[in-house]
Amino acid sequence: MKKDMVILIAEDDTGHFQLIKKNLWLTCVDSDILQFKNGREVLDFLFKKDTEVYFEDKKQYILLLDIRMTQVDGIEVLKRIKEDEELQKIPVIMLTTTSEASMIKQCYELGCSYYIVKPVNYHHFMEAVQNLGEFLSLGGMRLPFIKKSYV
Amino acid sequence: MKKETNILIAEDNKEHFELIRKNLLRADLCNETLNFADGQEILDFLFDMDKGFEGEHNSHEYILLLDLNLPKVDGVKVLEKVKQDTQLKKIPVIILTATDDRHTIERCHNLGCSTYIVKPREHQDFEETIQKLGRFLAVVETTLIK
Repeated sequence: MKKDMVILIAEDDTGHFQLIKKNLWLTCVDSDILQFKNGREVLDFLFKKDTEVYFEDKKQYILLLDIRMTQVDGIEVLKRIKEDEELQKIPVIMLTTTSEASMIKQCYELGCSYYIVKPVNYHHFMEAVQNLGEFLSLGGMRLPFIKKSYV
Repeated sequence: MKKETNILIAEDNKEHFELIRKNLLRADLCNETLNFADGQEILDFLFDMDKGFEGEHNSHEYILLLDLNLPKVDGVKVLEKVKQDTQLKKIPVIILTATDDRHTIERCHNLGCSTYIVKPREHQDFEETIQKLGRFLAVVETTLIK
């Protein structure tokens, strides 16, 4: 089951994306990682609109979501996912520099699974992503299946 | 995670509770843990807080580790009630159970659990799982529940 996990990363900062990908790879070697450069791209993928990569029913997805992104921000993405009957099952982990209490509250109200503030210190950031990766690759982890029919 | 965040553990198996508590500590997670031995106990705690009866914990941050096979009220029902409440739904709920069937897993994700983890049968794997969970929770932010 584990090797069918796909980690979606919505992150517009290339440096942050590289750091996240590299440190997830150290721990989640069997998972695919897909990058989306803004909120629009990840919504197009999930709602299947003219994208090159396709959402597959047999895979299990988890989304790491930045908040401050161009075009469509992370809050809007979270809202859209949690309003969809099927997609709402996807675990969404906020991974952002924003640490305001009101933002954390809003994301939990909207139904994010967890909220992580990116540590400012580079080494702490790497360590946090590795902790996340170790957690995601737990043998006992069970993710939901999403059945999307696009008519 | 803030030091003030409490880790609520709904687990009727004393040995499992001790293993969880100990290994969260080993992962340097020093937050206070509270044990609830059945589903009714955890609901009473959460919903009394909701009514504001208990002054000392009526505004706090929490994470809930929830077993499913609990006496009195089962874990799925607890999850359902927590996620239906406008305040309590903000608590991240981690299902930690021996139950490994597709139907229950889908149901819990539908209801809004943050994570579903099947308890490893081997003692050492179980300990390792809790330590990894602890190190992950250390970087997670929670929000105030009123």
